[in-house]
Amino acid sequence: MKQFEFPEISRILTPILARHGGDASRLLQVLLEVQDVCHFIPSEAIDLIAAHFGVPRVNVEGVVGFYSFLSTRPVGEYRLLFSGNITDQMLGKDELMQYLCNKLWVEPGKVSEDGLVSIGSTSCTGMCDQGPAALINGWPLTKLDHNRLDLIAELIRSRKPVADWPAMLFEVVDNIHRGDVLLGQPFEPGAAIRATLARGAKETLVEVDKSNLRGRGGAGFKTASKWSLCHAAIAEEDGGVICDVGGHPERFIVCNADEGEPGTFKDRVLLNSYADLVFEGMTVGARVVGASKGFLYLRGEYRYLLQQLEAVLKRRREAGLLGETILGQADFSFDIEIHLGAGAYICGEESALIESLEGKRGRPRNRPPFPVTSGYKGRPTVVDNVETFACAAKIAEKGAAWFAAIGTAQSTGTKLISVSGDVARPGIYEYPFGVTVSQILDDCGAEGRPYAVQVSGPSGTTISWKEFDRKIAFEDLPTAGALMVFRRKRDLFQVAQNFADFFAHESCGFCTPCRVGTELQKKIMSKIASGYGTASDLEELKRLGHILKTMSHCGLGSSAANPVLDILEKFPDMVESKLKAFAFKPAFDLDGALATARTITGRDDDWAHL
Amino acid sequence: MSKTITIDELAVPFKEGQTIMDAALAAGVYIPHLCHNPEFKPHGSCKLCTVNVNGRNVASCTLPAVEGQQVLSDIEELNADRLALTQMLFVEGNHLCPACEKTGNCQLQAVAYYLGMMSPHYNHFYPQREADASHHDVMLDRNRCIYCELCVRASREVDGKNVFGLSGRGIKTLLVVNSASGLLGDTDLAVTDKAVQVCPTGAILIKRHGYAVPIGQRVFDHITIKDVQTGGGDE
Repeated sequence: MKQFEFPEISRILTPILARHGGDASRLLQVLLEVQDVCHFIPSEAIDLIAAHFGVPRVNVEGVVGFYSFLSTRPVGEYRLLFSGNITDQMLGKDELMQYLCNKLWVEPGKVSEDGLVSIGSTSCTGMCDQGPAALINGWPLTKLDHNRLDLIAELIRSRKPVADWPAMLFEVVDNIHRGDVLLGQPFEPGAAIRATLARGAKETLVEVDKSNLRGRGGAGFKTASKWSLCHAAIAEEDGGVICDVGGHPERFIVCNADEGEPGTFKDRVLLNSYADLVFEGMTVGARVVGASKGFLYLRGEYRYLLQQLEAVLKRRREAGLLGETILGQADFSFDIEIHLGAGAYICGEESALIESLEGKRGRPRNRPPFPVTSGYKGRPTVVDNVETFACAAKIAEKGAAWFAAIGTAQSTGTKLISVSGDVARPGIYEYPFGVTVSQILDDCGAEGRPYAVQVSGPSGTTISWKEFDRKIAFEDLPTAGALMVFRRKRDLFQVAQNFADFFAHESCGFCTPCRVGTELQKKIMSKIASGYGTASDLEELKRLGHILKTMSHCGLGSSAANPVLDILEKFPDMVESKLKAFAFKPAFDLDGALATARTITGRDDDWAHL
Repeated sequence: MSKTITIDELAVPFKEGQTIMDAALAAGVYIPHLCHNPEFKPHGSCKLCTVNVNGRNVASCTLPAVEGQQVLSDIEELNADRLALTQMLFVEGNHLCPACEKTGNCQLQAVAYYLGMMSPHYNHFYPQREADASHHDVMLDRNRCIYCELCVRASREVDGKNVFGLSGRGIKTLLVVNSASGLLGDTDLAVTDKAVQVCPTGAILIKRHGYAVPIGQRVFDHITIKDVQTGGGDE
């Protein structure tokens, strides 16, 4: 393989490091840029970056190793990662990936001999409504088919820079099929801030409280409680209160746009077409809790939105809606900085997200303390979902009573649902809370007879056709927004296996039950899929499910068994039909173990098999 | 009157700022643990010390004790789950006790004894992990690493060196060292460092000290880890 040499690595790094300054929280952002330029993070770069930030080399190496989009080895001038969600798989992802590999003479997961290209899989890229999707050097490709792959193979072979590829390959559409108060009504930038300033910060908190707004990330914590706890908290150091540049107690507002839950893509649409609403909600939140700095943590898969989001921020600064003395209010300064993620689902967990914002490995923290009292750099921090901030802006503008009248008593307002899978019209649907699953299925044109629906992604709930009367609401089916539909005859075992693989890949590895348990679950599912499963494996899966649920450090581990346990409970036939009749069968496959020998010798005749 | 929590029906006093684990150890109540070492800030990764507090499972080494907590620890369900976690630690690495210098002094092995582990139960992963003999005085065998990060913490907090760290993610998590070559011999680790002393398994061993105490006469050959860790001494 061609070795990449970077004798002038310092010349590459100097401008990048200068631009980002000396605060170690910029580490991940720097690494993303180096990866972009060099197609990996050279060892010499790690040394220089460590010296620049004054952190140990081993920490920088740890960060590089944690994030999927960073690597210590070259990944080719062109790195093409197919989105591995089940919806992409149902649209033919496996065959398409093999097709492209054959065309470019490269094995999946490996770099081509000439160092030109590598092809692999990545977790859901959030394009389930226009899949099969992929990322080429971080930029999203949609609606892939053989024709497009032929073109892509040609572009790669002729070494055409990705920036010069035809725009149609990168086209991402919103696919909004039903809008309500968030997506269906116009919003005048500044309206919510004006209303907040007119009403007062305390009074706005009261409105948010009365509106009964709950977090849209799925957990449903009451937003006003979070804001009020953060407002009441101060960070202290050496006996003094830690203050921001304006002399107020330092607090932070963080918007969680690490939309990693497979099947969810509503934040993509909000940020693409409703960014003002989101930023306005953050600004309202800042006024209420007393924060002068905010972050938008944008998942790496959505970096294609970065430039236009920066433009929105710039426009808002120019309009006096962001920055110093917002709308002429002398005591109101707030600005927003965008941080990119780098391929780690766990960073959607709020404390892991904060670690990542600080430029570290995305590992969930021990709690207490909670982020509202000790978050970003130990300061009180509010972390809310993109959609939550959009709702907050609307509440600030139109009042609690208006909002609370929508939805159900326990689940006020509307919910954005990302619909994908076996439906005629995949895309975004906004409904008042309380809508039934069958209503959504009717509206999106669920094909054939829908058989099962995955609500809220792999970490959510699998429901069968018997449960389609259930309601989308915190009191029945809480959801972060994903709804994946599976028609009759879909192999639901394959669905659960895809999700089990996902969790094993995304486990941060911090705690034993999740690090090992998700891998064991993946292995057992794979054993069953390859025809070696027995009844004892099902017992083992249930036992593992119990350990994952009750012993894990965070929500990733405790929900990692949900899809497996759901299918065992609700679709036992789908699993049992795959089992061998034996009560026990070892996982070891003697003939399979000879596969390596067959590859090496190039043989596949009868004598090479047992 | 001092504040108390209840652990398995026993009233255990605690001081403000103590965790459930701190209070338990001080009162001579053993809760199995591997990543916890009273000398260091709690970590909470091995999850062996999981207890049930007012109906919810939590890591006792990180949760602050609060007046009136009802803690269940030495109960059948939790001990079965702790056993499963211990088995997971065994199968994810390559732990060949009879051939390991740490046998008899190994906390992982001792916890397995204590929990009655008779087999690994799960299929072994047989991962390929690198051993590193490049350092003059210290041997690093990643096959035995359980990612408790005690060496990471000791090197950072006590030695002020940052020799160790974790890289990778999930099951591919990896103990790395602070040198461009990736070799321990190129770091500033000294054999006298605290980081060399704290490994609960045989991942970090001091060279040329093999079998100074014969197998059969080592700490856990005669005393349970429960007695060792609640008897006031480290080992």
